[in-house]
Amino acid sequence: MSKLLRDSWLMFKSQFNVSRRTPVWVFIGMFQPICYMLLFAPLLKNLVGVPGFPSGGAYNIFTPGLMVMMAIFGAGFAGFGIISRLRSGFIERMRVTPVSRIAMILGSLGVDMLLFMIQIALLLVVGLLLGFRPDVGGMAVLALLLLLTGMTMSCFSYALALLVKDEGSLAASVNLLVLPLMLLSGIMLPLSLAPDILKNVAKVNPFTYAVDASRAMVAGNFGDSSVVKAFIIVGVLAILTIFWATRSMRQAAM
Amino acid sequence: MDTLSQLHTSAEATNSGSPHAPALIKTKGLVRTFKSRKGTVEAVRGVDLEVREGEIFGFLGPNGAGKTTTMRILTTLMPASGGTATVCGLDLRRDPGKVRRQIGYVSQVGGAEPIETGRENLHLQGRVYGMSAKEARQRAKELVTRLDMDDFADRLVKTYSGGQKRRLDVALGIMHRPRLLFLDEPTTGLDPQSRARIWDEVRALHEQGMTIFLTTHYMDEADGLCNRLAIIDHGQIVSQGSPEALKQEIAGDIVSLGLDTQSNAVEQVTDLMRERPFVREIQPTSDGVQVYVSQGETVLPEVLRALDAQHIAIRSVMLARPTLDDVFLRRTGRSLRESNGNS
Repeated sequence: MSKLLRDSWLMFKSQFNVSRRTPVWVFIGMFQPICYMLLFAPLLKNLVGVPGFPSGGAYNIFTPGLMVMMAIFGAGFAGFGIISRLRSGFIERMRVTPVSRIAMILGSLGVDMLLFMIQIALLLVVGLLLGFRPDVGGMAVLALLLLLTGMTMSCFSYALALLVKDEGSLAASVNLLVLPLMLLSGIMLPLSLAPDILKNVAKVNPFTYAVDASRAMVAGNFGDSSVVKAFIIVGVLAILTIFWATRSMRQAAM
Repeated sequence: MDTLSQLHTSAEATNSGSPHAPALIKTKGLVRTFKSRKGTVEAVRGVDLEVREGEIFGFLGPNGAGKTTTMRILTTLMPASGGTATVCGLDLRRDPGKVRRQIGYVSQVGGAEPIETGRENLHLQGRVYGMSAKEARQRAKELVTRLDMDDFADRLVKTYSGGQKRRLDVALGIMHRPRLLFLDEPTTGLDPQSRARIWDEVRALHEQGMTIFLTTHYMDEADGLCNRLAIIDHGQIVSQGSPEALKQEIAGDIVSLGLDTQSNAVEQVTDLMRERPFVREIQPTSDGVQVYVSQGETVLPEVLRALDAQHIAIRSVMLARPTLDDVFLRRTGRSLRESNGNS
């Protein structure tokens, strides 16, 4: 266990060196969410009061969903870092050493999650300026759920990166998968506005529960059934994807 | 084929592994197949190897012969599809974790993180082998001095020249003082000066008792650097032994004659030479023939006189001692140079 922690910390430091020298990516990752906040969320203001639109105000409905979107989309591209390390031979060099394979995943994951949390904090500030008013405790628990969601998508992206091995294929497959997942989770517009058939399809999308739960937590409704469901579903997915990514790392080759 | 003058530059190998030293690599019937869309490809087809402690062992062959695949199996990066292998006395399949502690590996691309400094890379390498931060710092400093990296060790690796990067790669491979070091094409793509530098370093490591297994498609590298070598082609070992022993397989010297290949000169020369007592073998090449003879210096005038008497036009004449390329040609029917493209 101490070797796992030690190795993870070593891999974290190395990945962190790379990320802190290329900080521009944190801000590039912020561009889309801020566009949504400034250019899309105001449209929802006029939907408040329309039958089916949840109560709570446009920003309180849209911001938590947008945060889940950042977890899905932003983390979905985490595999790019893995591909450049495959290409430089770094991963192969590490695989000849006794370093723990799961630590190779956890080190990168730690850095990606740190950057993700910085982005969430920046978005929170933008949201507060625009009129987002979350329940404080709820926002803290939401951060945890976002972390689990981000971990799931990052590890999924790592495993995919180790499989396809080039940036173009990774971008194409992530886009292909993420867009329907995102639209079907009620991030842009709540699924309460959706026809029944879409509502039913959305039930098999794990991120639907995360979005529902995020809105409930921001409103302070911890008792909402979606909260427990979301934590269980996303938590299990996070663990499964970590193991999947580690397994791919064990066999990684350019 | 190398000319005589070049031959003398090949350095004498020192303290080659004694036949009683323990075998650090031992493989039997090593096989590796890959599945591709076109079917199964056999990259390694029954390789038997024995590398003893204290040797510089070379694995010589053209690109795509199976050198890298074999090395990737021996360094635990890839499982074999068949056969057995022990590395440092440990079964590769059962104990890959223990094998990793004993070996160092420098791949063709190296493997340094480009957006870290050389020193940061070295530091991480030492740490993952269990060194304390202080030990790793000290060892990194030692290697930076030894490999003359002071000028660039604290710059980001992405700014390094090819030769600088290669020195760092070697330093990374020996950071933890491995018993056995694998070098995959250590000098491919380097300028002559950087190549010489890497060779010197390999010799120095060898003198300190490290066993080195390297792949190369340069015969001068195999000849000048290695105590023993195996020649591999199409996934199979075609010959194994010391460079001297391999070259002695081809007794005598080689007279290369450049001929007009459009005419029947090649057949004429073959007919003319076949009966001479000093001729051992005649092999056509892309621009003439090679005649394997004993006592090249004395018989060359006779050869020329005989051809002249038949009015066969000779474009060029070269007399040379056999090289590893001739061994390769003899064993595979192709020249190593042709197999490597223009390298």
